[in-house]
Amino acid sequence: MKVRLLTGLLSLLMPALVLAGEYNLTVDRVEIDTGDFVKEGIGYNGKSPGPVLRFKEGEDVRINVTNNLDEATSIHWHGLILPFEQDGVPGISFPGIQPGETFTYEFPITQAGTYWFHSHSGFQEPDGAFGAIVIEPEGREPFRYDREYVIQLTDKHPHSGDRIMRNLKMMPDYYNRQQQTVGEFFSDASSNGLMDTIQDRMAWGDMRMMKADVEDVQGFTGMINGKGPAQNWTGLFEPGERVRLRFINSSAMTYFDVRIPGLDMTVVQADGNNIQPVNVDEFRIGVAETYDVIVHPKDERAHTIFAESMGRSGYARATLAPEEGMEAPVPPMRDPARLTMADMAGMPGMDHGDMDHSSMENMDDSNMQDMDHGSMDGMDHSKMGGDDGQPSDPFYAKGSGIMPVAANDGKFLSYADLKAQKPLYEEREPTREIELRLTGNMERYTWSINGVKYEDADPIRLQYGERVRFKFVNETMMTHPMHLHGMWSILDVGAGKWNPIKHTVSVQPGTTVYMETEVDAPGQWAFHCHLSYHAAAGMFRKVIVEGGPDSTQAKTDVAIEEGGDA
Amino acid sequence: MSRIRSLITVSLLGSMVFPTAVAAQEMIADTTSRKQALTSWGVQFEELEYRYSDDDEELGVWSADFFYGTDDLKVRWLTKGEYAIEEQAYEGLENQLVAQVPISDFFDAKAGVRFDTPEGPDRTYAVLGITGLAPQWFEIDANLYVNEEGDTSAGLDAEYELLLTNYWILSAAVDATVAFSEDREIGVGKGLVSTETGLRLSYDLVDRAFSPYIGVVHERKYGDTADIAEAESGSTEDWFAVIGARIAF
Repeated sequence: MKVRLLTGLLSLLMPALVLAGEYNLTVDRVEIDTGDFVKEGIGYNGKSPGPVLRFKEGEDVRINVTNNLDEATSIHWHGLILPFEQDGVPGISFPGIQPGETFTYEFPITQAGTYWFHSHSGFQEPDGAFGAIVIEPEGREPFRYDREYVIQLTDKHPHSGDRIMRNLKMMPDYYNRQQQTVGEFFSDASSNGLMDTIQDRMAWGDMRMMKADVEDVQGFTGMINGKGPAQNWTGLFEPGERVRLRFINSSAMTYFDVRIPGLDMTVVQADGNNIQPVNVDEFRIGVAETYDVIVHPKDERAHTIFAESMGRSGYARATLAPEEGMEAPVPPMRDPARLTMADMAGMPGMDHGDMDHSSMENMDDSNMQDMDHGSMDGMDHSKMGGDDGQPSDPFYAKGSGIMPVAANDGKFLSYADLKAQKPLYEEREPTREIELRLTGNMERYTWSINGVKYEDADPIRLQYGERVRFKFVNETMMTHPMHLHGMWSILDVGAGKWNPIKHTVSVQPGTTVYMETEVDAPGQWAFHCHLSYHAAAGMFRKVIVEGGPDSTQAKTDVAIEEGGDA
Repeated sequence: MSRIRSLITVSLLGSMVFPTAVAAQEMIADTTSRKQALTSWGVQFEELEYRYSDDDEELGVWSADFFYGTDDLKVRWLTKGEYAIEEQAYEGLENQLVAQVPISDFFDAKAGVRFDTPEGPDRTYAVLGITGLAPQWFEIDANLYVNEEGDTSAGLDAEYELLLTNYWILSAAVDATVAFSEDREIGVGKGLVSTETGLRLSYDLVDRAFSPYIGVVHERKYGDTADIAEAESGSTEDWFAVIGARIAF
């Protein structure tokens, strides 16, 4: 206590010597103007998105959060490694921040990269309560750039989060305006034959599943840094500069396919961690993920940053330009995606396809050779794994209807391309495997893990010091971005010690994905699907890490809860 | 409880004594609403319409339901009415209050009571039914009714929506009623009692909250029920032109 007082005094006396960065955030009701509609929402320091918080690796931060709402709030520092009481999840980390209260977060910054923060209370995040975090590294970064921009994406909807959840519970297809129509029946019949089309409709009707069920919540306006497509957020550059774009997907529900026509993108970071650079034409950013890319515009002309939603129901758009006011053409959106039977392969009772990614050695060997040469150009993985010249990504069910394809038929980033620049952990055998089946019922709009909603679930108990291998089996027809708080998710792309380190792992329909976690953070943590309405419907777990250096047995005894796993 | 409290005290003391050590924080239990069953509610007017019959009868008709509850248990109030505009009288007025629980992936069971309070004799029924989504997207609602006099009957409603576009929807609905015993006082004969078949073309004007429609409805009485109606010089078959709106909020 005394030590803290003393440093407090010192910092008052000698502001230049302050080691701890102090930051102030207010949580406010704000107005959000998308260009399509104006909507009341929640923001930070009077704006949504909130400010970009710039931290330095190695500093201790103090963040004073004042709640000006008439309801409780919280801030979760998405992707940051910190003590669990600072993680900002009401009911798990702390009780939350009551109206009128100021809560001070204090934690050391032990990492670098691009992250974000958001409310973990109710539907405040879909209502606008989020902002970006940029952490400057202590050392040199293994890539160069001349300037940088945060590109924070969101899917702003005219309805409030509460209203959306209620509508989805009342009518699960409330927001789906891409359903198959009579017109589509006839056009399918003319291209695929009448009988095949009837059989196809009958097969889906028999399951009571919709091929069009790619995006639950349509009708949003895609936004970048708080600007809708018509408002066109613009970042300036001098021709010849290398520009680092820190993409953050802060959407409630929407995956975006991002491209910048006319520019190659070099992906250098995923979820804040450096990766071995990959040149791509396009990438899909899952909800809550971040990707840092470097572009090198050489000409005196504008470029459009075009982010189409995965289901093609909306888009975000921004511009990189040498001068304010310049713009480039905005491409049309591609046709809406349709799920296929391959995406249903994970449904119980369906034929299980061979979707096991643990056996991806072949593909990865060929990748690794390219990667080891550090060659940043001419790597074309788009054909890898494709038997018949069809684009193929091992992280999608073979023949999936949402398999990403680059608009220019070039390289589309795959998880399989992500290789850690510098492994964070020694490679070792996992101590055990925990299977998490991602489950749900679209017609009831219920979402769960292993068929159990959070309200009925026991916590997942992990032991400090173990390395757990999580096996995600997606038995639904939707993509789920799974986010474990407090500890890194080492995504198994088959690259051994070069497996990338992430905080959010997308699991595509009909696939099985593995990730490993070094259980190195005592306390209790949230673990959930980051689609807001899936998490709220029950696709959520509490993880308790038992033991650890700072813990006593007494500590774990305090929280009396039934044992057992998910 | 006292043990827990003393442990907390110990850990609090500990953190005061050793301020530099990471305080042994208690791990709180999740009592937030996230850990509670999600409660939802909704209001839907499947039909809210004006009907004009082939023999110039005018009716105001609604069929609506209000629900409140969780995934595991919902309370639902279903209300249906047919109001004869010229006579200023209810030809039919039916209210049901049911509890609804899931019994399979796509079907719920319902149980409750139904009150029929049109002009004329009232009836109270116990209701047992299932409702849900059948393969090929047929919405099914099937109910068994027993009234206070022991008369039993059954109703089956089926509906199918054909998407002409994602906003223009053609919906076909069939309601059929079967009585297992006669209830002459309310004009019900044994056997197939009546059917109501409707075809409505709607347009989603405001989200799915307000969808105006036009359509045709065909009502027909059968067998003994038709005989009773004829004996009372009522009609046994009617065609209606309808105009109305589907409402959901």
